[in-house]
Amino acid sequence: MSAPTLEVRNLKTHFFTRGGVVKAVDDVSFTVEAGKVLGLVGESGSGKTVTGFSILGLVDPPGRIAGGQILFKGRDLATLPEAEMRGLRGNRIAMIFQDPMMTLNPVLRIDTQMIETVQAHAKVSREEARQRARDALGQVGIPSPDERLKSYPHQFSGGMRQRVAIAIALLHKPDVIVADEPTTALDVTIQGQILAEAQKLCAQFGTALVWITHDLSVVAGLADDIAVMYAGKVVESGPVAQVLDAPLHPYTLGLIGSVPSRNHRGEPLRQIPGMTPSLLNLPAGCAFRSRCPRAEPGCAEPPPFAEYRPGQHARCIHPHQEAVAA
Amino acid sequence: MSATLVAPPAAETLAEPIIELRGVSKRFSKTLDFAGRLAKRLGANLREEVVHAVDGVDLTIRKGEVVGLVGESGCGKSTLGRMVAGIMPPSDGTILWRGRDLRSLNAAEARNAKLRTQMIFQDPYASLNPRLKVQEIVGEAPLFHGMAKRSEIGTYVDEQLRRAGLDPSLKARYPHQFSGGQRQRIGIARALAVQPEFLVCDEAVAALDVSIQAQILNLFMKLRRELDLTYLFISHDLGVVEHLSDRVVIMYLGRVVEEAPAEEVFRHPNHPYTKALLAEVPRIEARKRAFAGVKGEIPSPLNPPSGCHFHPRCPFAFDRCRVERPALKQVGPGHRSACHLNDAA
Repeated sequence: MSAPTLEVRNLKTHFFTRGGVVKAVDDVSFTVEAGKVLGLVGESGSGKTVTGFSILGLVDPPGRIAGGQILFKGRDLATLPEAEMRGLRGNRIAMIFQDPMMTLNPVLRIDTQMIETVQAHAKVSREEARQRARDALGQVGIPSPDERLKSYPHQFSGGMRQRVAIAIALLHKPDVIVADEPTTALDVTIQGQILAEAQKLCAQFGTALVWITHDLSVVAGLADDIAVMYAGKVVESGPVAQVLDAPLHPYTLGLIGSVPSRNHRGEPLRQIPGMTPSLLNLPAGCAFRSRCPRAEPGCAEPPPFAEYRPGQHARCIHPHQEAVAA
Repeated sequence: MSATLVAPPAAETLAEPIIELRGVSKRFSKTLDFAGRLAKRLGANLREEVVHAVDGVDLTIRKGEVVGLVGESGCGKSTLGRMVAGIMPPSDGTILWRGRDLRSLNAAEARNAKLRTQMIFQDPYASLNPRLKVQEIVGEAPLFHGMAKRSEIGTYVDEQLRRAGLDPSLKARYPHQFSGGQRQRIGIARALAVQPEFLVCDEAVAALDVSIQAQILNLFMKLRRELDLTYLFISHDLGVVEHLSDRVVIMYLGRVVEEAPAEEVFRHPNHPYTKALLAEVPRIEARKRAFAGVKGEIPSPLNPPSGCHFHPRCPFAFDRCRVERPALKQVGPGHRSACHLNDAA
């Protein structure tokens, strides 16, 4: 078997602030194969976005990658010189952000921005670049792409803007796309459209997709594999069906229980007590243990990330072994 | 104080309506600026732009009920919530508070009606004054309205905070020292401090993480039982609404398209928009599903489509949908839907 498109091994991204070292990402590992979707799930502050930024080499000081490897087709991106990284970023590896207004320059027309992106990595004429831009807009389902190319970002609705951002990410048919909460700001019917596009593109071009989200329900329908993050660490990973139907880690179980549709109408939701700890002074051992109903003295030691079922890992010393009731 | 208006109902069979909207509309117009007025005087073809944010809505909310109001951005659900809460007057139609027109109430009665209705906002960061301590945020209104004496305000505030699930020892802190979920609890404590009977929650859990959202939803349900509250729960999240509501109202571009008991809406949706909305909701039970997507965009409320607002996106639209506005008609017990297809069948 050849190397997977993207393999993150024991990634550590730390921020060296005046208040101390914030371990935003602390030992994260996952693998994405071509044409597959990985759902990276976590609540705010769990480090999922910083993981995405690390893959693209977008972490700014005081943050830096403090350890681990990001293997893109066998090449380690974590130690790659910036000049080489520039050649990959936007070309072989692209990112889609939550807020499409952040990706698009408000004072430039869409065609200017897209042609610039094409010519940054490919030696083509302006006319050919425009042609490629037009094709990309067509691929993401924007009607009359020729006219829309001449529009400014503010002339698009939120859903259309996100489509443009996806089209820009697609210009060079990248091998990896990191999508950071791309549908969170969108309405339900528009979110459905974007998810449909994402599915189609993965299947069509064999793109490896990392879909970062806080919404387990989105990942359930979209992803092949799932990695659940808590306080900078992946606490559980595995195939979607296994993780969601038979979670090992108490946090995963708690997250699933918090989803309203998983509960009976009108009854109290199964909530997780307490809140996410501050990353500045994390307790030693399992970071979840202060909220965990199963915590025991042994949890004060850092739990190992162990494979409890084929393909399903968890960072817990007393995982749930039984399947959850639907 | 003024007990005439707030006497609790004795019988609970079919509770009395707490608030009734009849043909309520809200229009926002963008008046022309100076240059525009000048150009118009010189013969330019300029008009004031009018947005029909809410367009002829009838809605009754009975004592003790939780009504979920669902719709996508720009459908007018927040505007409707603000009119219900009495912080925005309607352009047209009447709002009845316990059977009496809000406009016919005298000043004291109107103030009391407003006090009995409180609102909880979406953004717990923007809805709390950053310069006030929590005890001032929660204690200000009850002090002003004479619900607590100045000497007792400390214990009164403690009680409100404890009920909202906050440690009263934190009351001397400022809002920025709290997390999002805790801030939403402060907002809830503030609303409850004036002893309301009706809460309008506008996307109250939308900004929170899933695990915190569950905590706040549980708090809402606990408070409903303890204080016999009535809720209008505005949300775009169908999962949340399904879990919490007795009755669900679905809006599209300023109009109510369907209204039914919660179980009925989710089991037998009638309106094509409701069906599409339900089909698009990502469910945790669904694996590797094919997302299809409703075609098209939500039209601009500045220039809504003629007839049924949903017809350009509706797979079943026929000629009549393009010209005639469908009325909300009974399609089952307590189930009303605004679709011409119901006449054709």
